Amino acid sequence: MHPFQETIHSKSRQRKETYIKGLFCCMTIAIIIPLILIIGYMLHEASPVLSADFLLKAPERGMKAGGIWPALLGTIYLVMMSLIVAAPIGVMAAIYLNEYAGDNWLTRTVNLAVINLAGVPSIVHALFGLGAFVLFAGMGKSILAASLTLAVMTLPVIITSTKESLAAVPMAFREACWNVGATKWQTIRRVVIPNSISGMLTGFILEVSRAAGETAPIMFTGAVFYKAVEEGNLFAYNLTDQCMALSMHLFTISTQVPGVPEAIPFATAIVLLGTVLVINAFSIAFRIYLRSRKRW
Amino acid sequence: MFLGNFNNQLIKKMKLKHMKQLARNSSSILLGLALIGCGSNNTSQTANQNSSSSKTMIQNAGSDTMVNLAQAWAENYAKVNSEVSIEVSGGGSGTGIAALINGTTDIANCSRAMKAAEQQKAKDASGKDPKEYIMGYDALAVYVHKDCPLEELSLEQLAEIYGENGTITKWSELGITIPGCTSDEIIRVSRQSSSGTFAYFREAVLGEERDYKLGSRDMHGSKEVVELVQNTPCAIGYSGMGYATPEVKMLKISKTLGAEAYAPNVENTIAKTYPIARPLFVYSLGEPEGALKNYVDWCLGPEGQRIVNDSGYVSLTN
Amino acid sequence: MQYQRGRWSRVIEFLIEWLIRISGISAILFVFGIFFFVFKEGAGFLVTKWKPIEFFTSVEWYPTSLSNKRYGILAIIAGSASVTLLAMMIAIPFSLGAAVFISEFCAPKLKEVLKVLIEFLAAIPSVVWGFIGLMIMNPLIIKIFNAPIGLNVLNGGIILALMSIPIIVSISEDALKAVPDSYREAAIALGVTKWQMIYRVLIPAAKNGLLAGGLLGVGRSIGETMAVLLATGHAVQIPNGPLDSVRTLTATIAAELGETEQGADHWQVLFIIGIFLFSITFVINLIAYLVVKGIRIQAGDS
Repeated sequence: MHPFQETIHSKSRQRKETYIKGLFCCMTIAIIIPLILIIGYMLHEASPVLSADFLLKAPERGMKAGGIWPALLGTIYLVMMSLIVAAPIGVMAAIYLNEYAGDNWLTRTVNLAVINLAGVPSIVHALFGLGAFVLFAGMGKSILAASLTLAVMTLPVIITSTKESLAAVPMAFREACWNVGATKWQTIRRVVIPNSISGMLTGFILEVSRAAGETAPIMFTGAVFYKAVEEGNLFAYNLTDQCMALSMHLFTISTQVPGVPEAIPFATAIVLLGTVLVINAFSIAFRIYLRSRKRW
Repeated sequence: MFLGNFNNQLIKKMKLKHMKQLARNSSSILLGLALIGCGSNNTSQTANQNSSSSKTMIQNAGSDTMVNLAQAWAENYAKVNSEVSIEVSGGGSGTGIAALINGTTDIANCSRAMKAAEQQKAKDASGKDPKEYIMGYDALAVYVHKDCPLEELSLEQLAEIYGENGTITKWSELGITIPGCTSDEIIRVSRQSSSGTFAYFREAVLGEERDYKLGSRDMHGSKEVVELVQNTPCAIGYSGMGYATPEVKMLKISKTLGAEAYAPNVENTIAKTYPIARPLFVYSLGEPEGALKNYVDWCLGPEGQRIVNDSGYVSLTN
Repeated sequence: MQYQRGRWSRVIEFLIEWLIRISGISAILFVFGIFFFVFKEGAGFLVTKWKPIEFFTSVEWYPTSLSNKRYGILAIIAGSASVTLLAMMIAIPFSLGAAVFISEFCAPKLKEVLKVLIEFLAAIPSVVWGFIGLMIMNPLIIKIFNAPIGLNVLNGGIILALMSIPIIVSISEDALKAVPDSYREAAIALGVTKWQMIYRVLIPAAKNGLLAGGLLGVGRSIGETMAVLLATGHAVQIPNGPLDSVRTLTATIAAELGETEQGADHWQVLFIIGIFLFSITFVINLIAYLVVKGIRIQAGDS
């Protein structure tokens, strides 16, 4: 027999391998399919009311008609405020971890704390926000308290992605800078940050998408069932007001408001989902673009 | 790498000499800044609560049963008086009362009356007696699936279905079979344990002392109850009659087995023949003044009462 | 003039470095702060009235009873555990399959697409998942399984599985990617099939990473709130099977806290449940962290 001739044995092995590959492929598809089916179905159900008007009008006739403007605006407020708070702290924490911290117990504890902060259940964050911001700091239920809660919750997202982008700046850049006599901070400001700013932006985008979707942390810290705000007025909320939010609105109209036509909650879900997915798509596209033009 | 670190350390050491003194100064500056930050934050908050600015804020919290009514009021009042902005949050009667006691809401919506102890607490905290208004009435309807052949139940039967150690667990024990419900099990749909609806149903059906049987599906909102009953042939649930849809059936309720049963509707609620009906309250701290008074008066007026009817409750004018 | 500007920039630099150090340890402060404030709200009850044995072994959850208030969370723990268990039974095999497929079988282009899609799956907000459970899965489960009610362990389990799959896939895929190619080449050179290589070489070599992925998946499932609040039926009972409704720890807090008088016993008990949840996820994350660190040390050695 020729040494490389196919035997029956190897044929069956090959067939088995095809089966296995097929099985794994099916498993992967089984994860993806629900995503597509669900989005498709929701789009179909939502289509009757989905329009620009839906986004820009306030709810009418006991939330049975009209749009979602106050909720949309509230979500924008919450997300922006949480970003304003979380971005500097997160970036500085990442700079500390990547540029300053030595390999010691403190650094390890910080790393562990970041992982833990990311893993704390959202409802526990809500309890924290209620205990610390609403009650202890005396902010009351307000946009401020809710967005601070969101900021603490989303901090790990920013820390992790900024740290990654800082770590991607080659050490040689820093050394070159130090050797011309720059201080550590000058090096960071002139060399490290400019070279990793795009990675930070990806982190911010991810933070926004995460904060926009959360419900539990804002439920007890600043989201209301209904608030009448002027349509089209971008400055309709004060930071000490409570606000409506998309995620909370979806929850209330699907559990509490009677006689809502089915299309409205579906459309609200689609707007929320669409917002989050589009923001995410931005972050992904941005990442791919960055990878393609990396200069080192 | 080594050189870089070395450089850096040198610089650090040099810097330290100059900086030691500054360190103390700068930390006190920061502390000062932080204090200013807190101070300004506090003042802005009180300014807003006093709302001397362009818009007056009325905060409205409480019963989930009334949250839709309160929302409809707020929505329509915004058209009548654009100077006033009303925040409506649900959370339940207990929350509304608690918020009133804490002073974090102007109006508490309650689907049960304030207890004497709560009234006392409010008085102790603010020095004012809570002022009670009855805004309308609500009948709690008992819902079943539209294919369910059952027409009426007595309060005792309801208690045996819902109460702790209750004896009725199967539909066949009520002498019926429901198409589409093969398991024959009665799926009890209830409300989560701190809602006013939960408390009132317990009081009216089970009595003060008896608790619910565990294992009921405790829904977050009244609408969820009706929707679940609508989709579940085996289910029974209770909710305000305003939540009825064409897809569910409301049972007639009798006080005792064999007595005449009444349907939940406006007439029977007013005649007080329907046994599970309750007034809907609004509380404020002390006699309301200014914008708040105007708002409450408007709610009690013809426009406000029309909204009560439209929202599926029974208005005072009926 | 020159000197002064230098001084100011040094002051600023000093302040900034100071701020960076503070921010650096902010994560520790926040974790500590979370524990402190949640504990603070629950402490009164914990110290004076809490009966741990009753709390953990009684199924009777009557927080608002007028005659006899009872706070037993055994049934609620069972609810959380059952939903998480089912979710992991679905999620772990599928995630491993997908991770292996993405890391070992598919072409680079397809790999990118699949990873992006899985990232999308991770981005879906939990309240949307809950909405899907309530509006889409509930009628489906009633129809397919002829169940009396579609809001149950199965519904919550499937949804939690879909929610935790992305995190398990991405960590498992990283772990598989971290196995040196020389292992694969050595195995193939011995004439084994790809499946044998995966089963006998890759998975044992990546087992720590896979374990960490699974653990984080468990952590995610236990901590999930809105989805289970809407999808599991919210009934206090120990489930007999996947078609029974249950209530989870997270959903209990979310549903009841808003309606509870501030500072009352019930309120404090809900915060104690919060402490309990925090401790569980803390331990899970700690183990996952140690497991992952174990990998790093191993990798450093080799």
